[in-house]
Amino acid sequence: MSAEAPLLAVENLRTEFYTDKETVRAVDDVNFRIERGETLGIVGESGSGKSVTARSIMGLVESPGNVLPESSIRLDGEELTEKSESEYRGIRGSEVTMVFQDPLTSLNPVYTVGNQLKETLRLHRDLDGQTLTDTAIGLLEDVGIPDAARRISEYPHEFSGGMQQRAVIALALACDPELLICDEPTTALDVTIQAQILELLAEIQVERDIGIMFITHDMGVIAEVADRVAVMYAGEIVESAPVRSLYSDPAHPYTNGLLDSIPGNQPGGRELTTIEGEVPIPNGAATHCRFAPRCPKAFEECYELAPEPLPTTAGKDDHTAACLLFPEDMKREDAVDEHRAANTEGTDE
Amino acid sequence: MFGDDVDEGDVLVSLCDLKTYYGEDSLLSDDPVKAVDGVSFDIHKGETLGLVGESGCGKTTLGRTLIQLEDATAGEVRIGDTDVTTLTGDDLQRWRRNSQMVFQDPESSLNDRMTVGAIIREPLDVHDWKTPRERRARVRELLDTVGLSEEHYYRYPHQFSGGQRQRVGIARALALEPEFVVLDEPVSALDVSVQAQILNLLNRLQDEFGLTYLFIAHDLSVVRHICDRVAVMYLGNVMELGPTERLFQQPQNPYTHALLSAIPEPDPTADSDRITLTGSPPSPRDPPAGCPFATRCPMKIRPPEYDSVDTEVWARVEMLREVLRERSNADRSLTERAREILGLSSRFSSADEVHDELFADVTLPAAVEDHIEEAMDHVRNDNETRARAQLREAFGSVCDEERPKSHVVDDESGTSRCHRHRDEHDEPSRSQVVSE
Repeated sequence: MSAEAPLLAVENLRTEFYTDKETVRAVDDVNFRIERGETLGIVGESGSGKSVTARSIMGLVESPGNVLPESSIRLDGEELTEKSESEYRGIRGSEVTMVFQDPLTSLNPVYTVGNQLKETLRLHRDLDGQTLTDTAIGLLEDVGIPDAARRISEYPHEFSGGMQQRAVIALALACDPELLICDEPTTALDVTIQAQILELLAEIQVERDIGIMFITHDMGVIAEVADRVAVMYAGEIVESAPVRSLYSDPAHPYTNGLLDSIPGNQPGGRELTTIEGEVPIPNGAATHCRFAPRCPKAFEECYELAPEPLPTTAGKDDHTAACLLFPEDMKREDAVDEHRAANTEGTDE
Repeated sequence: MFGDDVDEGDVLVSLCDLKTYYGEDSLLSDDPVKAVDGVSFDIHKGETLGLVGESGCGKTTLGRTLIQLEDATAGEVRIGDTDVTTLTGDDLQRWRRNSQMVFQDPESSLNDRMTVGAIIREPLDVHDWKTPRERRARVRELLDTVGLSEEHYYRYPHQFSGGQRQRVGIARALALEPEFVVLDEPVSALDVSVQAQILNLLNRLQDEFGLTYLFIAHDLSVVRHICDRVAVMYLGNVMELGPTERLFQQPQNPYTHALLSAIPEPDPTADSDRITLTGSPPSPRDPPAGCPFATRCPMKIRPPEYDSVDTEVWARVEMLREVLRERSNADRSLTERAREILGLSSRFSSADEVHDELFADVTLPAAVEDHIEEAMDHVRNDNETRARAQLREAFGSVCDEERPKSHVVDDESGTSRCHRHRDEHDEPSRSQVVSE
């Protein structure tokens, strides 16, 4: 049965944070899946819910945050949301691992890199003695750290930024995970080093046939690494498409805005296109399109009806947009009705 | 005031062999960190000069030295007839009034306990500008100029978003009507849509007030958008400087080539003919004796007798040299040193592993192999310095020995530092890089 199941299936994921004033829906009804050997890119501005999505999958959402019970996260067909903390601990670090933006926050400064690698291997793979050391050295070599036998006894601060991130990737790979979540893994690095790390991740993926969820705000990086892309805005996925289709036919006005505000994309012109205003805080159920106040194409219904992810043109199921302008081959009123229908369907469930 | 009589397009600030070293005056110090190591170029009035490079290349130090937040070790920063590095007292204060800085991180460059109005008014207070009433009026005017409103006067920085804070930083920099503004990564911490707003604002302000910008950034697409000319820095040196479009379309220096090719393009169908550099920049405490980029350069000149050696093999040879180089720089703890002295362990014990790792799957031409074996013997005898010298003698070229001069490479007096510009060598070009 599990041969048919995707590596990761996220359905109706909703993660809320409770504050004194309000309930923030950091992730609000997010659905996606990742196959083996596939990279799903997730883009969006700060505050769009990308990282909380990742943390929800890793079971790292802590109070005052909460993954709501109707959410479903299935890894290899196995439901993760029902796991206890101790069961989760067995999954985290072995089946699903994560690479964070700043390598120094993932590495302990008072232990050598080798020490930390060995700890992971000992806990999850039950190795010891010379095998343990050899495996650790092998891992560092796999991620392209030269002179690994010597560097294994060095401390994180003795590594350069790129090398630190390689070490973190080695840690993440230590237990042969099936899914690797990368949260802005190259944002803190220089472009030349970023290029090295992206190349490394691509190699690792081919070698090990793992699924990668790659979170970034950089549209250039996404174009390079992702097979499919989900664009997030205020806790929701507003557009989802294969990478080529997203860049050649961006549908959602927000995606268009993001692509247009990249400086290199507009040669000659002095004035850059901007998206006015800022990402709102999703502090309640979506009663209308959350992007509408900033949207250049917004019309009356946008303020009354929350759009559902529908195909951008009829039958094109792999490219969806949550915008009342789509499906674009329909008359606007019909498209709006379509969203309204999908909306009530969702609430009936 | 400084530079008042300078026309648009003329030289406003002129750097002459500027050097800024850190840590050379301390008693316990080793070699100084050569953050800026001999930089010369002109900044023209009214232009935006981009300064790009990887972290640690010295671009921020250069910017800070220009406005005298750091003391130069040697060299000059000339504005008209004055050398800014020698200014003291009132003269220095006048220069500082005329040159301002916008910092990268709007979280840390604004004092959280001061209201936005007080933050923007502070430079006016410090320089005793007019009367308090006029200062307040000026702050209101500035808030409006940078796209904030008067009601923001009494708010605190934490009530603002990143983009708004950066606007406050810009208003503060403009308070004293400077001519010259150093923008140190002003948009790096911002989301792309907000970044576009700030870039538009900077452009508008430049037109309105005739400002001259030194724009420090590592995001090359931003630089391409906003800059008239670009200087590319590596390890304290300016490797290439030229008009933006020429530099982006026809980079002349191998480092610029590599840097530009590393930018991920927002187009999934684009062919990437990327040059991925190996390793990371050497330590600025101990820069290479020859060309600063020699240790990573994919177009490094080889001794003629090895011209026919396979590129992959050659890359491995260079990598061995790099590993040995890096080892000599590695800090060793006291325990490690003690263990070595006692013969308990040697950091050279893994040298054979490195050798095997590098050369196990390639066949070395006999001439190359002999030299490498000889060097490995030196390593085994704990004489790493000999090994490095030996490899350098065997495989080194002008790139390892001589610092390249600046060569003029375009009609607009753009320059590039590379030995390949000399007549006896082929010009640097992509064709010399054989991709894997």
